[in-house]
Amino acid sequence: MMGSIDPILLIASLMVASTPILLAAIGELVVEKAGVLNLGVEGMMIVGAIAGFAAAVESGSPLLGFVGAAVAGAALSLIFAFLTQVLLSNQVATGLALTLFGIGFSALIGQGYTGVRPPPTPKMDFGPLSDIPVIGPMLLRHDPMVYVSILIIAAVWAFLKFTRAGLVLRAVGESHDAAHALGYKVVRLRVLAIAFGGACAGLGGAYLSLVRVPQWTEGMTAGAGWIALAIVVFASWRPWRVLAGAYLFGGVTVLQLNLQAAGVAIPVQYLSMAPYVMTILVLVLISADRRRAAQNAPASLGRVFHASS
Amino acid sequence: MQRRTLLKSGAAALVAVSLASPALAQDPLKVGFIYVGPIGDLGWSYQHDQGRLAVEKEFGDKVETVYLESVPEGADAERALTQMAMQGADLIFTTSFGYMDPTINVAAKFPDVKFEHATGYKRADNVATYNARFYEGRAVMGTIAGRMTKSNKIGYIGSFPIPEVIQGINSTYIHAKKVNPDVEISVVWAYTWFDPAKEADAAKALIEQGVDVILAHTDSTAPLAEAAKTPGVIGFGQASDMLDFAPSPRVSSIIDNWAPYYIERVQAALDGTWTATDTWGGIGEGEVGIGEITDAVPAEVKAEAEALAASIADKSYHPFTGPLNKQDGSVWLAEGEVADDGTLAGLNFYVEGIKGDIPQ
Repeated sequence: MMGSIDPILLIASLMVASTPILLAAIGELVVEKAGVLNLGVEGMMIVGAIAGFAAAVESGSPLLGFVGAAVAGAALSLIFAFLTQVLLSNQVATGLALTLFGIGFSALIGQGYTGVRPPPTPKMDFGPLSDIPVIGPMLLRHDPMVYVSILIIAAVWAFLKFTRAGLVLRAVGESHDAAHALGYKVVRLRVLAIAFGGACAGLGGAYLSLVRVPQWTEGMTAGAGWIALAIVVFASWRPWRVLAGAYLFGGVTVLQLNLQAAGVAIPVQYLSMAPYVMTILVLVLISADRRRAAQNAPASLGRVFHASS
Repeated sequence: MQRRTLLKSGAAALVAVSLASPALAQDPLKVGFIYVGPIGDLGWSYQHDQGRLAVEKEFGDKVETVYLESVPEGADAERALTQMAMQGADLIFTTSFGYMDPTINVAAKFPDVKFEHATGYKRADNVATYNARFYEGRAVMGTIAGRMTKSNKIGYIGSFPIPEVIQGINSTYIHAKKVNPDVEISVVWAYTWFDPAKEADAAKALIEQGVDVILAHTDSTAPLAEAAKTPGVIGFGQASDMLDFAPSPRVSSIIDNWAPYYIERVQAALDGTWTATDTWGGIGEGEVGIGEITDAVPAEVKAEAEALAASIADKSYHPFTGPLNKQDGSVWLAEGEVADDGTLAGLNFYVEGIKGDIPQ
């Protein structure tokens, strides 16, 4: 039935399609592990998309583009950090406002960039390795950001699991009062986590505008930031599950388009809703063990912290 | 979600200026526009907004225009429309098929406000409809596609399975087949009007299936950007000229030109002669433009395409002229018979030769 779909090309495509939400989701995971709920992912992504695009076009270097996107995403997230950590505003409302601001702001600075073509991002050169049958074309012919995103997942996993700083970050997310009593700088740590989340979301946005699409169009993230937020929950705040969730979502999306293009006679509605059905199914499965799922959400998530309390 | 949308509407719309100003005779006519995508999509919504700007230029301070962009189809649209009507808009253009029912519902509540809905078929005393015969432009694109394809496979990214999109697919296929009997068409439904990443993925999936011509009925330039990655693949501008991708992959385009219609209708509203009409213009009326055919297309193909466009413009040829069969082989149009507008407005079947099913 799937005779005309090349599974090697399919897996290669899904890795590319999943990378933006993967980057945004792993950043948000760190933010939430620190006990902060930043719903502004969509806004930070779109600002990263235009900032990275502009930086790459002006400098002619995709690398500088990604650096610019990370800086811009982090800068935007610092507005959120200032409002929620210093002025103690409501995190949910502030995050939503950040998204609105990001969408509008990106449209404003993007006006001169519609229709412009960005400098191409070169693929990684693994030499003869990329000629290995199956593995080569499937895994070893991507642009560097695909590998960077996987490295970030591994780094975040190792940081949270093995390092003292990771332990402190988790402590701040579980009980900010206890962490404060122990002398940890809760606000400073959360601001750093928020900035990291913003930088990752910015990278995700720039991946869209520089590699996946590649061009600048207003509103081009089209909800990717919201999917990233959902994937963090889906992954029950575990880094490798973020990878699995993002690839699953991206994979089903790409698969359904490929099935259609190959003329497979499955009603399109089933294919289109497949990513969402899969998401719900996995959510049901992983939350079936209620005790563990509830334990894993950071206990201070979304709660306002002030040293006086 | 509700708060988000309200904030967004408020921020984007710039409509909060005049609250409930009494409708005095010397007040400018307030004309509202509701767009499905961002005005910077360089496609569908962009072209409607160009029409709005043309209205402002034509009438100066006799009119005041307001717009809302990226309004989701469905329940949100009803809220946005109600908001616009309550803020004193006299004439509101709703510019996407999915706004059809919301427009009818809101129009019933505001009998003094005039509404115009693009691409739908439901009318009321204060709801007019208008559309453009995009299938005329797609006949020209299909001719170029059929001549240019080397793999004999052309790909088509559909947005939603509605009559307007199905007209486009049929028209493209009929005319590609006419010049190239071996041609096949693959249709991928994206179920979105605007999602550049998904549109790019759809184009990529088609190209991986061996397609070397991409046509799209979605609103962004992403399919062209994807086509540009593979040498030999061509595509067409959709709604806007998309000249930035010329001379290849973009080899021509169909351009929506709403300005003459919007000016005419605003004039009618100012004169008090506005009625709930149904307008369906094409190449001949200037509503559908054919963007410059680039040098990537051989001269004789270009001449053939231009001749076809000219014959459609002067009405000597109709893109849906028999003999044409339906997909199941039954007769649709006999030799020389021309499809009537009623059938086209509700078109829900592929013509003979197209494989696959239309999602119902």
